[in-house]
Amino acid sequence: MSFLSIRTPAQARRLFLTRSGVVLSGAAVALLAGRDALAATAGDKTSDSKILNTALAAELEAIAAYQVGAESGLLQKPVLALAVQFQGHHKEHAEVLAKTIQKLGGKAVAAKSKYNFPVEKLKSQADVLRFAAGLEQGAVSAYLGAVPLFGNRDLSKAAASILGDEAMHWAVLRNALGENPVPSAFVS
Amino acid sequence: MKLVFAAWGVLFAASAAAADIQNGKELYGRCLACHALEYDRVGPRHCGLFGRRAGSVKGFAYSEALKRSKIVWNDKTLDRFLASPLKSVPGTAMTYAGVPDAKERADLISYLKQAC
Repeated sequence: MSFLSIRTPAQARRLFLTRSGVVLSGAAVALLAGRDALAATAGDKTSDSKILNTALAAELEAIAAYQVGAESGLLQKPVLALAVQFQGHHKEHAEVLAKTIQKLGGKAVAAKSKYNFPVEKLKSQADVLRFAAGLEQGAVSAYLGAVPLFGNRDLSKAAASILGDEAMHWAVLRNALGENPVPSAFVS
Repeated sequence: MKLVFAAWGVLFAASAAAADIQNGKELYGRCLACHALEYDRVGPRHCGLFGRRAGSVKGFAYSEALKRSKIVWNDKTLDRFLASPLKSVPGTAMTYAGVPDAKERADLISYLKQAC
């Protein structure tokens, strides 16, 4: 089965469950066990920590956003399961990012006590999916924009791994909305 | 006859501008990990951007670098910043490589100018 043949969120979820583990564990290993990251210069470490902290802030917001979606009462069961699964990925990303920032000597940002989400505009399942898809699309671009900035290439590789996960989220959400899940050959 | 050509010219220009704004709207999707038009997120809101001094949205935690930059956002300063945020303002929290394509930056700026 490919993304092109996914017709229902349940199918998308099954596909995701079977394929996502390898990507995420690869990122975790690269981030947590990357000795080069720890041996980097002080300047690189500070700069890399800053990039990771921006990513962490976005991941924490995504976790909160999925929570809003999950608690909205607008999601049907299979879609709700998918949202919770994606939220779980963001939690894994956030945990790994925070640990890596600390290992680099930085201070990981904490989740905000309150986030501003356009809850008044979320009136249907499609609204929630579209909102989530927008966040995932942005996340793909944000990681893509961060990959070339790291002083340490292990971190670029790890960020690219997370990017791949976010791109899959985006594609599955687009598919669930009835849109072309992969609208172009490149992401930007 | 000249008037007819002039009218066509105006229509053509208006159409081209609309296409740019639409492209800018699509490009704005790249910003949605951190920004929104109407409210602050990881990055500050974009409504009210033009003419605003960098680092001046109340309650938003900016980097010291951006607060000290003395930038006032307009077409020119935005274009420079978006091309490479970290080169434009070293130390900014906007750790993003930038939008290297000048046409894309122009489209994005056109969209932002009329989005709110």
